[in-house]
Amino acid sequence: MKKFFVMATAAVLSLSLLAGCGTTGATSNGGGSSAGGNLKIGADLELTGGVAMFGTAAQKAIDLAVEQQNANGGLLGKQIKMDYADNKSDPGESTNAATKLITQDSVVAVIGAMTSGNTLAASQVAIDNKVPLISPTGTADKVTVENGQVKPYIFRACFIDPFQGQVAAQFAANTLKVQKAAIFIDQKSDYSIGLANAFSTNFKSANGQIVSQEKYVAGDKDFRPQLARIKSSNPDVVFVPGYYGEVGPIVKQAREMGMNQAFIGGDGWGSPELFNLASADQLNNCYYVNHVAIDDPSMADFVKAFKAKYNQDPDSFAALGYDAARLMFQAIKDANSTNGDKIRTALENLKGFKGLNGDITMDPKTHNPIKDAVIIKIENGKNVFMTKVSPK
Amino acid sequence: MKRVSILNRKNALTLFLVIVMYAVIQGLIVTDILPPLYTSTLIQVCVYVILAASLNLINGITGQFSIGHAGFMAIGAYLAGIVSVKFHGPLFLSLLVGGIVAAVAGFIVGLPTLRLRGDYLAIATLGLGQIVMIIFQNIDYFGGAAGMQVGRHINWSWAFWVTIISLVVIHNFVNSTHGRACISVRENEIAAEAMGVNTTKYKVLAFTLGAFFAGVAGGIYSNYMYFIQPTTFNFLTSFNILVMVVLGGLGSMTGSILGALIMTVLNVALSGIPSLRMVITALLLIIMMLFRPSGLMGTKEFNLNFLEKKGERNVA
Repeated sequence: MKKFFVMATAAVLSLSLLAGCGTTGATSNGGGSSAGGNLKIGADLELTGGVAMFGTAAQKAIDLAVEQQNANGGLLGKQIKMDYADNKSDPGESTNAATKLITQDSVVAVIGAMTSGNTLAASQVAIDNKVPLISPTGTADKVTVENGQVKPYIFRACFIDPFQGQVAAQFAANTLKVQKAAIFIDQKSDYSIGLANAFSTNFKSANGQIVSQEKYVAGDKDFRPQLARIKSSNPDVVFVPGYYGEVGPIVKQAREMGMNQAFIGGDGWGSPELFNLASADQLNNCYYVNHVAIDDPSMADFVKAFKAKYNQDPDSFAALGYDAARLMFQAIKDANSTNGDKIRTALENLKGFKGLNGDITMDPKTHNPIKDAVIIKIENGKNVFMTKVSPK
Repeated sequence: MKRVSILNRKNALTLFLVIVMYAVIQGLIVTDILPPLYTSTLIQVCVYVILAASLNLINGITGQFSIGHAGFMAIGAYLAGIVSVKFHGPLFLSLLVGGIVAAVAGFIVGLPTLRLRGDYLAIATLGLGQIVMIIFQNIDYFGGAAGMQVGRHINWSWAFWVTIISLVVIHNFVNSTHGRACISVRENEIAAEAMGVNTTKYKVLAFTLGAFFAGVAGGIYSNYMYFIQPTTFNFLTSFNILVMVVLGGLGSMTGSILGALIMTVLNVALSGIPSLRMVITALLLIIMMLFRPSGLMGTKEFNLNFLEKKGERNVA
C-alpha cells in the first residue's frame, strides 16, 4: 500500500512537470508573430506577490485596450493576442518573465513592468533582443536613462518624479497666484528631495520666493517644532513632497497650530489612508499632483468602459497601463511593421498621441512622455479633479 | 585494511556522467538549439541546488532548524555584485568574496544563536534573514531599497562547475569525520556530547560552511540576474529553499538536488498560469506530506554503489 502512494506521488509530480513543459512547448511552437494571423504582445506584470495590486489593475486595463483595438480591426490587419507573464513582484522573476515572453513566445513588444526595479531587471533582456518595452509606471530616472545615455528600446508611459515638483510650482505660481512658499521635505527620501528641488527651481523662476525649508524623517510623529518655524516665516503655501503616512499628521498638526495656508504635495499623497490620519476639515485647502484623476472629464469614456467590463472603478495603475498599451499599439501602427527597430523609431517620434488625460509626445532624448499632470483638490474628504497642468 | 582509491570505478563513472551531462547541455547552448529560457532555468536550478544542498547541511545533516538562508544568499549576492560592478573584479573573486563574507556572517551569528534549540533557533535565524534584508535596504552604497544593477557575467559553464564543486565539497564533508560528528549531533545531542563530540563546534562549523555556499549561490544569482533588490531575499525565499530540502528529504543530498530541480522547473513551467501556480505547488506539497512525510528520498542517497561488486562495496 505504501509503495502505491509513493508511486502515485512520483507519478503526479512527474506528470505535472510534463504538463508544465507541454504548455511552454506549445506556445513556442505557435511563435513567430506573423504566422497565425495574430500579433503577439507580451506583458511582464506583477500579477502575484507584494504589489500584485498594481499588475492586476494594469492587466485589466490592457485587456480592455486590446479588446477595443481588436474590435476596430486589430493592428496591421491582425488580431492582437496578449501574452501575460507573472513576475511575482520580484526583479529576478521579472528577468525570467521577459526572457520567456521575448525568446519563447516571440512577442513583438513588451508592456511592463510596473515598478522601476522590475522594469530595470527586464530591460536588459529587451535591449539584447531588440524588442521595445514600455513601462506603465516605472518612475525612477534610470529606467530609461543611464549615465546620461538613453537606453534604446526602453520607454515609459508616466512622467518622472521631479516633473511633479515642476507642476506643483507652476500650479502654485499661476493658479493659486502666491509669492511665498515654504518647503517641508523628507530628508532621507530621493523622491522627496527630487520633487523639492524641482519645485524650488521652478517656483523661483516664476518670481516666487522660498521663505523657509524644513526637514523631517519618515516615521517621525511630531512635526510641531519645524511647523512653528515655517509658520513664523509666514508662507502663502507649504509644499510637502512626502508620503501620506507623514503628510496626514503634518497637515493635522499644522491646522491645529492655526496654519490655514494651502498645502501642496505629489502623488505620494494619493491614498485613502490619508483621510484617516487627518480630518476632512483639516484637509480642505490641500492640493496634490497626480498622474490621472478618475473624475477628469476626458477620462469618462475609459472609466465607463472599465466599469462596464469589471464593475469597479479603475485606478491610476489601470489608467497608465491602458495608456502604455495604446502607445505601443500606435507605435506598431506607425511603424507598419513588427520589426523592433522600426517600432522603436516610431515610438521615439510619437507626437500628439491622444492619451487618457491629454496629448502625449515622446521625448526622443529621454524616452519619457511629455504629458499633462493633473491637480487634485481635496474637498470635504474627497479627491476632486481640479485642473491639468501642461509641462513647459 | 583495504585501501580505498579515489579513482575507483564508481567515482570514475560519476565523473564521466557529470562531464557528459555538461557537454551535452553546453553543446545544445553553443549550437543555439536550447532556447534562452531553458538555459536561464538551468542556471537557476544550479543556484537553488547549491542553496538547498547547503541548507540541507545545516537542517538535514546537523539537525538544526535554520530558516534564514536567504539572508546569507543576500550577503553573497550583494558582496559579489559589489566586487563585479564597483571594482570590476574577476568572476571567481566575486563569488569567493561573496562566499567568504557570508561565511564570516554565518560564523558570527552562529556562535550565539546555535546555543538555541528547535523553535528558538528557527525564530533567531528568521530574524537574521530579515535584519540582513533591512540592512541592505538602508545602505545607499548597495543601492538601498531601489536595488543594485549587476551585469550578466555567469554562463552555463560557470554555474555548472561551481555547483559540482560545491556538491563535491559538501558531500565529502558529510562523509568525513566532521560530517559524522554533525550527524551524531542530529541524532542525539546529549549522547554525542557524552561521547566527546564538541557539539557547539560542529554546529557552528556546519552553519558556517552552509552560509559560505549560500553566499556563493547568491553570487551566481546576482551575476546572472542583471538586477537585485533586497526584497528578493525575504523570508519567502528562505522558506522556498526549506521547501526544496524538505521535499527532497531532510538529510539526503541527492534529495536536495531533486527538490531544487523540481521546485525551480515547476516554478518556470507554471509561470503562464499565475493564478493556479500557487495552488498546484501547494497541492503537491500537501500530497507529499500526507503520503511521504520524510520527503522524496527520505534520508537515502542515490548513488552508483549498486554497480560495484558485492565484495568491493565500501562503507560509504
